[in-house]
Amino acid sequence: MNPHELFNCVTSMSCIVTQASTGLIIGALLFLVAAGLTLIFGVLRVINFAHGSLYMLGAYFGLTVYRMTGSYLLAVVIAGLGVALFSIVFERFFIRRIYDADVLMQLLVCYAFILILDDVVKLVWGAEFLSMGMPEAFQSPPLMLGGGIIPVFYLVLVAAAGVIALALWYVLKHTRIGKVVRAAAHNPTMTSTLGLNTQLIYAGVFACGGLLAGMAGALAAPVRSMSPGMGFSILIESFIVTVIGGMGSVSGALVGALLIGMVRSFGSIGFPDFVEVLTFLAMILILVLRPGGLMSRRHA
Amino acid sequence: MNHTRPFLRELIVAVVALVCLALIPHLTPSKLVSDFVIRLAAFGVFATSLNILIGYGGMVSFGHAMFFGGGAYAFGLLMQKTGVPVPVALLGAVLFCALLGFVIGAICVRLKEIYFAFLTLAFAMLVYSVILSWISLTGGDQGLVGGIPKPPFLGIDLAKSGHFYLFTCVVGVVCLLLMRLLMQSPFGYTLRMVRDDPERARFLGVDVWRTRLYAFVLAAAFAGVAGSIMALFVSGAYPELSYWTMSGEAIFMIMLGGLHVFVGPLVGAALLLMFNDVVTRFTDLHGLALGIIVLIFALGFRRGVTDFVVRRFRPARKPENAR
Repeated sequence: MNPHELFNCVTSMSCIVTQASTGLIIGALLFLVAAGLTLIFGVLRVINFAHGSLYMLGAYFGLTVYRMTGSYLLAVVIAGLGVALFSIVFERFFIRRIYDADVLMQLLVCYAFILILDDVVKLVWGAEFLSMGMPEAFQSPPLMLGGGIIPVFYLVLVAAAGVIALALWYVLKHTRIGKVVRAAAHNPTMTSTLGLNTQLIYAGVFACGGLLAGMAGALAAPVRSMSPGMGFSILIESFIVTVIGGMGSVSGALVGALLIGMVRSFGSIGFPDFVEVLTFLAMILILVLRPGGLMSRRHA
Repeated sequence: MNHTRPFLRELIVAVVALVCLALIPHLTPSKLVSDFVIRLAAFGVFATSLNILIGYGGMVSFGHAMFFGGGAYAFGLLMQKTGVPVPVALLGAVLFCALLGFVIGAICVRLKEIYFAFLTLAFAMLVYSVILSWISLTGGDQGLVGGIPKPPFLGIDLAKSGHFYLFTCVVGVVCLLLMRLLMQSPFGYTLRMVRDDPERARFLGVDVWRTRLYAFVLAAAFAGVAGSIMALFVSGAYPELSYWTMSGEAIFMIMLGGLHVFVGPLVGAALLLMFNDVVTRFTDLHGLALGIIVLIFALGFRRGVTDFVVRRFRPARKPENAR
């Protein structure tokens, strides 16, 4: 533990740039996963404990497609769609049966799926660590900004996450679909009385969450190695993000994700062994000061 | 109300159970059986302590393994570093877990159930990651190696397998008896009331937050005993003891055995231990097999083994409330 290194870092431009860009991509990826988690909770009132496993599936789908086609773009798109398809099946046959069940049953079903998916991945792709490697298109020398280093791929990641975030925001706020989803989140009984198919909305939202998680998994594949069980740590992190941002709030997820990204990135300079502890401290602080989260008007 | 007679009944049951357990090594010299009983003592106490929260308190904790692992590490470290006698280390481990439970419970118990589940899970992962990264104290992912010294105390030598077996049985049965008495006490009934209708309990003057917190601390303390038994059994402590899969298994033990009967979690623990032993012998895809069984019970049967028994023999009684 050496806080003075952290002090040295925040007083040097190059270190700030390097760490901020790292924090930005951690936050961007985290946002994609957390947005799906918070969206599903906001509309379906179910916490998908298996959300991290969807991220894992996305990473492995992406790897396979990339190895087959050599196209990173195709890998991300197909991974997202594949996981969305899986989510539809998962929602239809399992999650739908536990909407009204107590938390214990929801927990057990998700627990079972985490175990099953981890072992299925182990069967199909093997238990050892795999890596996609950096696609050739992004293997150019890193950009220098104020003495700091920014890999080209980071820009791609942030841009992709930004585009997805904008699209999500536009659909939710400015289209009819978004209006219907918000209505279902606010009052499902009234929504279905008005002749809207809430079941379909639920399935759609769940698939959307899967799409986001799957794309995040594939997007992260060039910079993170993958192994069975990789989904669990991102599940915990995105939960922390949703608590900080406010459960059910997508904009809160964005703020929370960037915050956690920066905490992790700068924290790893001063307290490399206690980065996890730092993110928890951030969460506990929010829980005590603002139990509903930064962006929520309702209380938890 | 006469409190002596139920107390006497529980005591007799406990003594009979203890005598039966003590007879087992004389009936069969198999190490397999006595090891199974020792593991059952650890996991039975662990699952039953979690059921104080889930079955009696209506608080679904998904992070109870932090106290199981925490107890194991606290016990192991006390034995290794300070050389205190076993009962003192056991007490130390229990106090450590109770304190940890107090701090984490104070933050968690006021939250709604699904928030509560996730937050306890998150704290358990924090404990797990601290165990992994504090290598100088815990040994990191290698676990607490080097063995745990077992100095004899009060004529009991835990290095002898016969002594260790009996000691574990006594500790396990005493813990179960204590939990049973606690749940039959006014506190136990207050806890049920808080579970069923916190609003009404508040109107009747019950401090809901405090009742839940006490239950959380109690559950943590008993899980600490379970962890200490485990530490003695494996003569060490491993990060896996506090991993989330351990919390998940404990939840499934409760569901499998049935959370409406006091011995349900114990039955569930026995069944799951047997299942694990069989499965690991045939395949290394343990998660896949366990996951499928969990799905069958959670979505198919929707209740535990003892619930079926209770329904079969006592059709008149509603199994809605834990008794």
